[in-house]
Amino acid sequence: MTEPRSTRIGTTEGAKGSAFPVAGPGPAPITLKINGATFTLQVEPRMTLAEVLRGLLGLTGTKIACNRGTCSACTVWLDGVTVCSCMILAIDVGTRGVTTIEGLANGDQLHPVQAAFIEHDAVQCGFCTPGIVMSCAELLERTPDPTAQDVRAAISGHLCRCGTYPHVIAATLAAAKARKS
Amino acid sequence: MAAEGMTRVEKFPSGIMGAGFGEVERQILLEEPPPLAPNAALAVIGKPIPRQNGRAKVTGATRFTVDIALPGLLHGRILRSPLPHAQVRSIDISAAANHPGVRAVFVIARPEDPATAILRYIGAPVAAVAAVSVAAAEAALHLIRVDYKSLPFVADMDKARAPGASPVYDAASAPKGYASGYPAPRGLPLNGNVRGPANSNRGDIAKGFADADIVVEGEYRTQVQTHCCMEPHAILADWREDGLTVHMSTQFTAGVRDELADAFGLPLDRVRVIVDGMGGGFGSKSSLGNYGRIAVTLSRQAQAPVRIILDRKEEQMDAGNRPGTSQHLRIGARHDGSLTAISLLSYGTAGIALGAGVGNVAQALYTCPNFEAAQHDVFINAGPGCAMRGPGNTPGAWGMEQAIDELAERLFIDPLVLRDRIDPSPVRREERRIGAERIGWHRRHAPGADPEPVKRGLGVAQSLWGANVHLESACEVCVMRDGSVEVLSSVQDIGTGIGTVLAQVVAETLGLRPDDITVRIGDTAFPVGPPSYGSRTTASSTPPARNAAWRVLQLIFREVALALNAGAEDLVARDGRILVRDAPSRSMSFGEAAALLRDERISAVATRSDDYGGFRRRMGDAALAQQDLGGVQFAEVAVDTETGIVHVERIVAVQDCGRPMNPLLAESQVHGGVLMGLSYALFEERILDQHTGRMVNPNLEQYKVAGSFDIPAIDVVLLEYYQGQSATDAYGIAEPSNIATAPAIANAVYNAIGVRLRALPMTPAAILAALGKIPARR
Repeated sequence: MTEPRSTRIGTTEGAKGSAFPVAGPGPAPITLKINGATFTLQVEPRMTLAEVLRGLLGLTGTKIACNRGTCSACTVWLDGVTVCSCMILAIDVGTRGVTTIEGLANGDQLHPVQAAFIEHDAVQCGFCTPGIVMSCAELLERTPDPTAQDVRAAISGHLCRCGTYPHVIAATLAAAKARKS
Repeated sequence: MAAEGMTRVEKFPSGIMGAGFGEVERQILLEEPPPLAPNAALAVIGKPIPRQNGRAKVTGATRFTVDIALPGLLHGRILRSPLPHAQVRSIDISAAANHPGVRAVFVIARPEDPATAILRYIGAPVAAVAAVSVAAAEAALHLIRVDYKSLPFVADMDKARAPGASPVYDAASAPKGYASGYPAPRGLPLNGNVRGPANSNRGDIAKGFADADIVVEGEYRTQVQTHCCMEPHAILADWREDGLTVHMSTQFTAGVRDELADAFGLPLDRVRVIVDGMGGGFGSKSSLGNYGRIAVTLSRQAQAPVRIILDRKEEQMDAGNRPGTSQHLRIGARHDGSLTAISLLSYGTAGIALGAGVGNVAQALYTCPNFEAAQHDVFINAGPGCAMRGPGNTPGAWGMEQAIDELAERLFIDPLVLRDRIDPSPVRREERRIGAERIGWHRRHAPGADPEPVKRGLGVAQSLWGANVHLESACEVCVMRDGSVEVLSSVQDIGTGIGTVLAQVVAETLGLRPDDITVRIGDTAFPVGPPSYGSRTTASSTPPARNAAWRVLQLIFREVALALNAGAEDLVARDGRILVRDAPSRSMSFGEAAALLRDERISAVATRSDDYGGFRRRMGDAALAQQDLGGVQFAEVAVDTETGIVHVERIVAVQDCGRPMNPLLAESQVHGGVLMGLSYALFEERILDQHTGRMVNPNLEQYKVAGSFDIPAIDVVLLEYYQGQSATDAYGIAEPSNIATAPAIANAVYNAIGVRLRALPMTPAAILAALGKIPARR
């Protein structure tokens, strides 16, 4: 899951390899694999993945609420593993595949976690919801038959001020069941 | 009441379903629809229907204010005061204005204007910049040169009350009355930093205490809580020649429209306020706000759309908060529990703002002939407070419901039995009965009876909240000739799912399914809807939705009557069809009926009628229904006496909201109320450094909010309580479900450890100090 450093832009290895100059402070070219599509972008090295997704690519389903890794609203997957996209620079993503909330459903077919969230009303204002959905969906990949405690652990980094937690737990357990049947 | 001939008498369902249910006669206007049956007899209303915008929310498709992009959008940032009290002597914006990418600079604290040159809290706006990027705007803020003269300040309520404390305001500059938070009346005296008292008296308080066999007395303190909406406060202002369009994360589109028209001298039809996704408000997004005015001013100046999104630090410092309070309560009672006197002396601080009262719990929850209250606001140099989920009554219940618990113990009466004697509400009596059974109240032991180290306890507390109704609340229902149906209102969905509830109401009335109804809300281009605060949205917007749908249906019936050879009054709409009541085989589908319309689109607009039987009180465009709202909550806790950690294991919340319109969505509201109350009880506190006036935890990691491992099992029980007071008989639930949680937990903690905590939050340090294991903090 960790990327060899040589593929990153802005590292000394990159400079020595002469394929890329040291990046910044102006925009540098990067390629991102997002939801199965490839994007080549000019990105300021200081920009976080969350800012690039929302600002440059219009993938606004990923939310920024604290912008310092406290609330997990900005959760996306890198090669299937959840990360706070506000805590990783876009230039450091490298060749890892990014999955955002927009890429979770299979066309019109919602992911079981998404469907269960609707049915169990695990959504209120909906601002923290995309991030929580990403964490719960990742949990089911790792742990197809989770306990309530597993769900609590999976969402322990998330803050939801509306208090959807009880319905999130119920929905995720129901989604696990639905996935198996 | 209207004149004879304009009204009719109808029988409505009345009482608590399952406990003394009956009927009540009401005289209603002819245009009102027929009485709505109890939920069990309905097709759509009262059913746990998932919210219609759920799919957009779980796929990330919902557009929140922070997500909207417009061509040429500029980004606004605000320069904020670094000092808790200062005078701006000069300000130089020339370097900022010349910075690349800057399109507008706007000075808020003008040295020549005494009304704006004095800054009274860290985070107060000083100037603002709009630029082509957030980075350019922030760079420009650093180029603004301000000469501040530092002034003496006070950042603690007790110090601010002391004689000789440095004044936050003088008599001329102090706010005169402010409707946000718990309303502070006008015309009260200001003495130093203390404004008040606001008095409320009945009976003879001295006689009441003389008649008492027992008096309990205590001081209860509550901390400052911040709203912590996950979507920051955000506005996108687009000032154009032909009018102003504003996208705003707001709890009140129509109110913001009115504020903008007033502030910028525009006619109402030139101001449009829109919100689609709204990421939480909890009281803090009730009005335009200083950042809203700033964004509009920048847009006008730059002649381009400008968006301002507060960052988390700004959220914590200058986006409102729940005022901190200190309440001195004295309660006198006879041996049988009957109350003879209640005396309340409160001081609260909303920083530089007013509205830090503790509500009407002490005044109105229990029967007591003699009452006195003196409530005060105390100014300190801190960010302004505002309404927050159950303002006033949430801190008020923290004190009063613990005092009642203490009284019960002193009288050797069970806390529920005492409440049965002194609480006049038949609704809460039933709620206590149900809740006691659910939590297993019979298991409750003597205080502190469990062995160390983990001690368990049970507690109960009650909630009181006015059944608010907003009268300026309209809904339009349209039917197109192809049978499609729309419901339109400027009312906003702040996460409650009100749009889904409106679809249910219209569907029930027209005999359709909720998915058949297109909901268009959150836009002042539609008929004016109510605010989403004060737990009044459902009570205010569902009756006009039903009335409008009913009127449209009568227009359809007129056409169908001819086709089915029946009287319009003999038709009913159900299961997607219009049929003759006594000859159901004579029918046609709703679509076929709509196709008969001469007009391509018919519509009706209705505005909220008065409650049947009248209101208890009217205040401008708001009113209070006859009954109060409330609920009873039970808590079961485990307290680790070695670490001081309180673990709430279970909450039973028995709540009433009139007719529950959608139990699934209502349950979510109760979860939210309980969890915000739990977080208030155990974790949250805005901490100000007394030496600098600075908030030391302006974030979401040191400002502690309950998370997934803190969540107890929550049993929600919704009473079905009918009174025949409106076309839907529905009232609110979001705030009442927040009010009782903290005192219920506190009473359970007392029952667990035998020591009463009278200050919030009940942190591990506070528990250990209460147990005498470490020195007290204060």
